[in-house]
Amino acid sequence: MLDFAGKRWWYLSVSIVLFLASAGALGLWGLKAGIEFTSGSSFTLEFTEQTVSQSDLRQAMHDLDHPEARIQGAGSNTYIIRTSELENAPSLDSAAGPTPPGEIDAIEAALRARFGEFTREDFSTVSGTVSSEIARYATFAVFAAAVAILLYVWVMFRQLPKPWRYGTCAIVALVHDSFIILGLFAVLGEFRNTEVDTAFITAILTVIGFSVHDTIVVFDRIRETVSNDPYVPFEEAVNASMTETLARSINTSLVVVFTVLAMMLIGGETIRNFLLVLLVGIVAGTYSSIGVASQLLVVWENGDIGKFWRRLRGAAQEQDVAAEAV
Amino acid sequence: MRSTTTVLLFLFVAALTTFSVIVVWPSSPGRYLPGDFWPAGKGIKIGDWERETMRLGLDLRGGSYLVLQANPPADYQGDLDQAMDGAKDVVERRVNEFGVSEAEIQKTSGNRLTVQVPGLSLNDAQNLIGKTAALQFMTYNDNTELVPATGVIDGQTIAMTGAHLKNNTFAERSGTTYAVVFETTGLGSRLLEQITTRAVQYPSSDARNFLVVMLDGEVLSEAAVQAVITDQGRITGQSSFSAANNLSKQLNAGALPIPLEIIQAKEVSATLGEDSVLDSVKAGEVGLLAVMLFMILFYRLPGVLASAALLVYTSVTLMVFKVWPVTLTLSGIAAFVLSIGIAVDANVLIFERMKEELRRGRTLSAAIDIGFARAWSSIRDSNVSTLITCLILYWFGSQFGASLVQGFALTLAIGVGISMFSAITVTRTFLKMVLGTPLAKSHFLFNAEEVKRTKPAGRAARATGE
Repeated sequence: MLDFAGKRWWYLSVSIVLFLASAGALGLWGLKAGIEFTSGSSFTLEFTEQTVSQSDLRQAMHDLDHPEARIQGAGSNTYIIRTSELENAPSLDSAAGPTPPGEIDAIEAALRARFGEFTREDFSTVSGTVSSEIARYATFAVFAAAVAILLYVWVMFRQLPKPWRYGTCAIVALVHDSFIILGLFAVLGEFRNTEVDTAFITAILTVIGFSVHDTIVVFDRIRETVSNDPYVPFEEAVNASMTETLARSINTSLVVVFTVLAMMLIGGETIRNFLLVLLVGIVAGTYSSIGVASQLLVVWENGDIGKFWRRLRGAAQEQDVAAEAV
Repeated sequence: MRSTTTVLLFLFVAALTTFSVIVVWPSSPGRYLPGDFWPAGKGIKIGDWERETMRLGLDLRGGSYLVLQANPPADYQGDLDQAMDGAKDVVERRVNEFGVSEAEIQKTSGNRLTVQVPGLSLNDAQNLIGKTAALQFMTYNDNTELVPATGVIDGQTIAMTGAHLKNNTFAERSGTTYAVVFETTGLGSRLLEQITTRAVQYPSSDARNFLVVMLDGEVLSEAAVQAVITDQGRITGQSSFSAANNLSKQLNAGALPIPLEIIQAKEVSATLGEDSVLDSVKAGEVGLLAVMLFMILFYRLPGVLASAALLVYTSVTLMVFKVWPVTLTLSGIAAFVLSIGIAVDANVLIFERMKEELRRGRTLSAAIDIGFARAWSSIRDSNVSTLITCLILYWFGSQFGASLVQGFALTLAIGVGISMFSAITVTRTFLKMVLGTPLAKSHFLFNAEEVKRTKPAGRAARATGE
C-alpha cells in the first residue's frame, strides 16, 4: 500500500502553487478573445497565377503577423480570409465607401509577391460570429452543474458519515483543473499571443467532465473501503483505495492522452490549442483526483486546518507573551 | 456455460454493429480512409427519410455561404444598426427552426449580413433564408377564420404588421406571471385602436375577441383583448420569464421593415481548413488504434474483447449521430473523445476488479459476475454525474441560445449513454461467449497469474486450474 495521505501536504502544495500562479496570471493578463468574439475584417481572394493551397496561405498569413486568420476555401483557388480588424478598415456601422489605404494593401502586396497575381473580390468589416456572452453563460452552466453534482454525490454517499464533503472536494478539484488551464492560456496569451475561441470553451467543458468523472471513481472506492470496515482509520482507507484505483486512473488517462497526443502530432494544426487544453486538463484532472480531492478529504477529516490555525495562533500568543516580557 | 440469453445478446450486438457500420459508412470513403479501394457507402433510406451523409458542422465540412444585402426604404427613419440586429435575429431563428445548429451569422459593413449554414444545399439555404420576415397581426372573422387585422386610415384599409411596432418591446413580471410590453408607431396606434375597439366588444369566450400575432406563418401569441390599446399594450399571462422574453425578442425581430436580398451565394469549405480536418481524422484513427493496442498489451484477452467492444461503441455512436441527426462539430468531437475515454474507463474498471477476484482464487465465471457487480457503482455514479452535467449544459445552451454548448452536451450525453451499454452489455456478453472455450482456462490471457505471490502455493495452483 502506498502512503498517499501521509504526504498530503506535498501533493496539496504543488496544487496550491499552481492554482495561485494560474489565478495570478489570469488576474494579471486575462485571456485574449479570439476573432470569433470580436469584429474583424473579411476579404475574398481569387488566385489567378498559381494554385495556392490552404495551408500555404495559412502559413503566409502567419508570417504576416496574422496567425489568427481563418482561411476557408470558396471554390477553385478562391479563399475567404477572416482576420482581426485590420488597420484603416472602414467601420462596421458606416455605409460602404471607398477604402483608404490601410493594412490590407500591405497584406496584398506581400501575398502578391509570394503567390503571384490574384483578384480581391470584396473587403468588409464584419461583426463577431459568437457573442462573447457565451463564456458567461457557460460559466453559469458550470456553476449550476457543480451544484447538481454536489447534491448527487451527497445522496449517493449518504450511508457514509459527512457525505457532503465528497461532493465539495470533487468540486474543488474541478475548479483547480479549470483554473490551471485558464492560467496556462493567460500565460500563452501574453507571451505567444494565443487566443481563446469557442473550441477552447468546449475543451474546458470536456476537462470538467473528465475531472468529475475521475474523482468520483476514486471516491467510490473510498466509499466501498469505508463501508466494508468502518473502523479502519480514514487515512488508511484513503491510501488503500488510491492504491487500488491507481492502475485504473493511470490507464484511463493514458488512453485519452494517447488519442490526444496522436491528434496533436499528426492532426491538423488548426486544432492544436484545443488539443493542448485537453492534454493539460486530463493530466491535471487525473492528478487532482489523487492529489487534491482525496487529500482534501483527509485534511478535512483530520481537522488539519484547525490544527494549523491553532498552532499559528499558539505561536502568535507566545510572541505576544515574549513581547510583554521585553 | 453459455446461456441462451448470452447467445441472443451476442447476436443482437452483432446485428446492431453490422447495421451501424452499413449506415455510417461514408459516401466518400477516400476522404477518411487510406487507399482508394473502399466501396462508397449509401447511408440509410426509408421512403422519403434518408441519411446519406453525416451532418458535419461548418468547422469540419463547410456549407453554404450567403451574403444578404439590406435595402432600407429611402425614407427609413429608425436606427439602421438596430434593424440589422433584428434582421440577424430573424435569420438566426429561421436557421435554428430548421434544425440546423451551429450556423454562423455576421453583421457586415454596408448593411449586409454574412450567413454560413452547414449541411444544406445552396438552393435550400437560399430558400430558407432569402424570404422577408413577416410579422402579422391577425383576428378571427365571423366564420372563425384567421384574417389579417385591419384598420381604415384616411379611407384606406391597412393591415397591421411588424412595421407598425417599435422595436423596444420588453418582458416584465406581472403578478405571478409575466407580460410582454410593446409600443406602436404613430400609424400603428391608430390601427390598433380600431382593431381592439372592435375586438373588445366580444366576450373572451368568443374567438373574435382574440388578437393573434404570427411570424413567418407561425402563431407566436394568441391573446384575449381586454381593453382598447393605442400606443402601448401588454400581452399578459406568459408562464415564465424566458417565454415572455422570447416573445418580446420575436416581436422586436418582426418589427423589421427592411427586405433582405441575397447578393452572393457559394459553397465554402471547412473553417478549420480541409487539410487540417483530414489530417485530424487520420490522427483520430491512429489514436483509436493506439488505445486498442494498449488495452490488448495490458489486459490481453479481455483487452481484445474490450477493443472489439470499442469498435461496436464507435460505430453505434456514429450511427446515432447520423440518424438523429446531430450536427457534428469540433465540440462534438471533443465530447466524442471524452466519451471514448469513459467507455474505455468502464472496461478498465471492470477488468481491474475481475483481476482482483481471479487473484483471490475465484473461477472466471464468478470473477466476471463479481467484477461487473463491484464496478457498477463507480460506473453508475461517474456516468450519472456526467449526464447531469450534460442536462444542465443543454438546458443552459437552449435558454441562452448557446448552440455550441448545447451541441457539446447532446453529443456527450449520447456518447455516455451508449458507453454504459457498451461496457455493461457488450463487453460482458463477449466475455461470457469466451467462457466455454479453452481460451478461458489460461490465466496468462487474463494477466492474473501473479496470484502465486499473494496466496499460499496450494491454493494458487488450484486457483489457476493446474
